[in-house]
Amino acid sequence: MTRYLLGRVALALLVALAVSALAFLVLRLSGDVALAIAGEGASEADLQLIRASYGLDRPLPVQYLAWLWQTLRGDFGSSLYFKVPVSELVLQKLPTTMLLGLSALCFGLLLAVPLGVAAALWRDSWVDRLAMGITVVAQALPTFFVALVLIMVFAVWARWLPVSGSGSWLHFVMPTIALGYYVMPPFMRLIRSNMIEVLSADYVRTARAKGLPTAAVVLRHALRNAIVPVVGLAAVQLGFLLGGSVVIESVFALDGLGYLAFRSISYKDFPVLQTIVLLLSLLYVALTTLSDIANVWLDPRLRSA
Amino acid sequence: MTTTLASSPSSSPAAQSVDVAPSRRAQLWARARRHRPFMLGLALLGAIVLLAVAGPFFYGHDPYAQDLTRRAVPPVWYARGSWAHVLGTDALGRDYLARLLHGGRVSLLISLAVVLISGSIGTTLGVLAGYFAGRVDLAITFVITASLAMPSILIALVIVSMVGSSLTVVILVLGLLMWIRFAVVTRTATQQIRALDYVAAAQAVGASRWRIIFGEVLPNVMPQVIVVATLEAASAIMVEAALSFLGLGVQPPTPSWGLMIAEARSYMFFSFWLIAIPGIALGLLALAINLVGDGLRDLFAAGSRN
Repeated sequence: MTRYLLGRVALALLVALAVSALAFLVLRLSGDVALAIAGEGASEADLQLIRASYGLDRPLPVQYLAWLWQTLRGDFGSSLYFKVPVSELVLQKLPTTMLLGLSALCFGLLLAVPLGVAAALWRDSWVDRLAMGITVVAQALPTFFVALVLIMVFAVWARWLPVSGSGSWLHFVMPTIALGYYVMPPFMRLIRSNMIEVLSADYVRTARAKGLPTAAVVLRHALRNAIVPVVGLAAVQLGFLLGGSVVIESVFALDGLGYLAFRSISYKDFPVLQTIVLLLSLLYVALTTLSDIANVWLDPRLRSA
Repeated sequence: MTTTLASSPSSSPAAQSVDVAPSRRAQLWARARRHRPFMLGLALLGAIVLLAVAGPFFYGHDPYAQDLTRRAVPPVWYARGSWAHVLGTDALGRDYLARLLHGGRVSLLISLAVVLISGSIGTTLGVLAGYFAGRVDLAITFVITASLAMPSILIALVIVSMVGSSLTVVILVLGLLMWIRFAVVTRTATQQIRALDYVAAAQAVGASRWRIIFGEVLPNVMPQVIVVATLEAASAIMVEAALSFLGLGVQPPTPSWGLMIAEARSYMFFSFWLIAIPGIALGLLALAINLVGDGLRDLFAAGSRN
């Protein structure tokens, strides 16, 4: 177990390093930082001066190492637009996005577990077909369109919820639904196929033969085992949700990382964008690493592999 | 087959039984016709493609022609609607059905182009990793793992905004970002095929590596590539719509369904159909493609001889 743990963490660190290089490269290759600092219409002499003073005239690998060294020491630079340290800005917005991601994940699971279990229990019946139909339709609806429909229904016609903004938990309801329904389909499919497999396993047959009530068999024996692989998918999906929050936070003007990223794009705020891309990628690496370790811990059979 | 039979009169009974048995394609089609979700998706997709490709030739309205005297005319089923504009007009008085049809072309073009680019990149990497194993596999797997960690929508938004958004840029960026699933699937498939007897047989006959990759491996991973390509085509349409919706995809006045929703946002409280029509169109197209993709996966899985 220790060996596995060490190997997995080493891999995660390597991936994190690669991701930091990718994040740096993508941003540097797609835009001119000097131009972003100087603003449109700056003279070539000004640009040269900025490049020299910010060290932007050095070769890219040197710039990357300098940036990496600064980042590792916790210095993320300061925002070109907001004129405050990036770390301050990002830490201020991170809780909102984490909260949105987690609540969307819970919402997705809340829909997926009953649907998946029901579809597996009544396999090939109308229940199964209905559940599969719901997931196929959910997968096809664009999140921003659903967000606008929700605004019309809950904010404009029913007047139950605020249209946009952040501040109270009410502002999180629609973003949670709009983001959460989209992760439901993969969970539902996974739970359904796992449940079908588990329900035909020997220990479930034994439990049934013992005369345990169906509910006890399903909940205590089958679901518990069918849910283990969901942990891994949940980690992947949470990473996806944090990244996908850009669209939803922008629709609802919810003041999190995604909305900050969206605004930083129009201000060409390189330090902020670089930090957000890096942070989201690192969160994904951390989540998937933790889930891999959790899976091995939950299922000792994997340890020898 | 008939020419072979004619040229070799002494054909063995085995060859004749091959001739009598229905071809694999015919078997696949017979199974497909019984797969109701697949047929539904295929019909829907066919209808949408037909409308987008041929529709503008029959529907005479110009999607770019503004008529400020006829702004936000509702569709024909509203009391104020008229048959002059079946789906009404947008806030600039442009015919909505014409824009919808042309927007469908944009969506289809983007999905095809993106899947061609990302499919080629992903399949190449996946097959190489799966076939050569060892260090090649390690390196490619590492690139896949690192790329998976990147928030792809955000990256696409950043690149498109920095480079300048246009149809070509969107296609290139999405094509370069969406190869991962192709690589993951073809890598595993290639590993499985590589262990099969016909690859060993080809090796024994003395076929070169590249001959085996192009002659044995690629044709046999194709079913999986096609399934991923269909599902990724739907994703590409959704991501393009999201980018255009945020103003960083297809630029006005080109009609794109995501852009049409964005343009209608400020009028949605009064004319919700301006948002509902392109939204439903997007949903139907993605639904059709997903049904076809899921169906193909079932059909290929049932028909595989491996």
